[in-house]
Amino acid sequence: MSRFASRPGGSAPGAGLGAPVGVSGPASAVALPDEGRPERREWLVFLRRLIARRTALFGLIVVAIVVVTALAAPLLSPFDPIEQDLGDLRLKAPGFRDDNGRMHLLGTDHLGRDLLARVIYGARPALLVGFAAVAISGLIGMAAGLISGYFGGRMDDVLMRLADIQLAFPFILLAIAVIGVLGPSLQTIIIVIGVSSWVVYARIVRGAVLTLREREFVQAALALGGGDGRVLLRHILPNVFTPWLVVATLDMARVIVIESALSFLGLGVQPPTPSWGAMLTAGRRYLGLANHLAIFPGAAIMLAVMGLNFLGDGLIDALDPKFRKLMR
Amino acid sequence: MKTFLLRRLLQSLVVLFGVSFIVFAILFLTGDPALVLLPPDASAEDVRQFREVMGFNDPFFVQYGRFLKGALRGDFGQSIRHGEPAFDLVVERLPATFELAGAALLLALALAIPAGILSAVRRNSPLDYVATVVALFGQSLPTFWLGIMLILVFSVQFHWLPSSGRGTMQHLILPAVTLGLFTTARITRLTRSGMLEVLNQDYIRTARAKGVNDPPVVWKHALKNAAIPIVTIVGIELGTLLGGSVITETIFAWPGVGRLSVQAIANRDYPVVQAAVFLLATTFVVVNLLVDIVYTYLDPRIRLR
Repeated sequence: MSRFASRPGGSAPGAGLGAPVGVSGPASAVALPDEGRPERREWLVFLRRLIARRTALFGLIVVAIVVVTALAAPLLSPFDPIEQDLGDLRLKAPGFRDDNGRMHLLGTDHLGRDLLARVIYGARPALLVGFAAVAISGLIGMAAGLISGYFGGRMDDVLMRLADIQLAFPFILLAIAVIGVLGPSLQTIIIVIGVSSWVVYARIVRGAVLTLREREFVQAALALGGGDGRVLLRHILPNVFTPWLVVATLDMARVIVIESALSFLGLGVQPPTPSWGAMLTAGRRYLGLANHLAIFPGAAIMLAVMGLNFLGDGLIDALDPKFRKLMR
Repeated sequence: MKTFLLRRLLQSLVVLFGVSFIVFAILFLTGDPALVLLPPDASAEDVRQFREVMGFNDPFFVQYGRFLKGALRGDFGQSIRHGEPAFDLVVERLPATFELAGAALLLALALAIPAGILSAVRRNSPLDYVATVVALFGQSLPTFWLGIMLILVFSVQFHWLPSSGRGTMQHLILPAVTLGLFTTARITRLTRSGMLEVLNQDYIRTARAKGVNDPPVVWKHALKNAAIPIVTIVGIELGTLLGGSVITETIFAWPGVGRLSVQAIANRDYPVVQAAVFLLATTFVVVNLLVDIVYTYLDPRIRLR
């Protein structure tokens, strides 16, 4: 039972309730009590706890390396990733030196392209799709979760049923079917992944909102005449940001795997643009001849995904304990 | 309990209804299903005739109604490539997919539950640390790369196991390991955290204080309660497994629904794609309904609702 009886219907979380009845009145008439910017203080605590965890720090470093690699690809890459050499440069083993004495550290692929250069440039589509898709699904999910958790009732029922429908699909299959119709391109995969991944965000945000709605500062803001919009954006949103961030981190790992899986099936990033997944397609074909073609791009995917997973896992531990339960 | 189950049943029907709508609507994403289904070099006259025959000139919802009526009777139209009913083609392949997903799930449960329990009981021991890091690592391995690496080691290098096809136990090992690893990692972590939470409960402390020895506490009191979230996740993981089977079946040439649908998409054989997506989604919904029924037996608190 809520300790604050001022808001009728505000106690039981979940379905069956109408919109909470805020105390009506001019929203700006009373200044809300100074909360001492709790977000900022909590952020510092959060960051300190994060860095204290060794696995999280490891994850953070790996993610930073991948991001820097993607941004500085032209500076880091020893060769052009697209330039082919169909002569005697094909399928050379790692450490091979060409006629000009330049070393191909990871060898060359079936079209004589430097593998290291392609692995470095491959970070770009992976991160681009990762960030863009997470931004789309994160925004949709945040909005759905806020509305669902705060207003409850019919809206909540409809949104959660939509979530069930979404979850019932074998994701990859749905993505393949849609991309099969629309044709493969970078934009298509970003939109397909982005639009169909909002459910995890919505569920976590909804759960967090349900606990926050009963908290004193939210009750106080409502009692002082804060409208629903103001309470949602100023008081609830900043507090659901950290659980949202955890989901976004872990989800980005998933999105990178999906992007490479789609590219692996030939439905993602199209050649000659280097992409880790598409490189594995060739790697699989030449498995008996030149296994470095399959080993290194896959290792790159794993490293990026692992970094994000370790970071996300550390974020869960650094999270406020009351939200930790939601993460399962 | 009856109302709970009735409500869940209704929810499942709503979900299936939504699924059928999306499966149908995919064809209309570009605006013209005739152009999606026909080869790109079809003449304008062919397109016009095809539209007429398929009824694409009817209003959208009339077409959807027709699709739904067919789908309920298991009629998704003829496969464009094979000329057989699309539904039959998919149903033929279902056992292979269930075999693979089932083997992967069994493998995951057999490894993950003991690992999770040991990890929780010996919390912060080296064993716990290793299990946690291995599980995180396992969650980070992309399925298709793991599959390729397993083929590289066990088929190409040592010739121990076949890299493709279905039939014997040997054929099942590599695909099942590939598909099951992610789920193993997930369930290990869930079992660990579930057990830890239960072990910290008051009633466990009471049992211990009353002098009950450790192993019975773990087995009798804790595991039963920790099983509840595990049962739920098994239902959800089945979705991951069915989705993952698309990739795994493609890598290992496993003759299941996943591989069939990837081929169907390449061939623009959309009746088959629709039947496959619909049947896999239905499987997922039905299994999760069953999971919820099991759940009410495990957790009496739900029965009271």
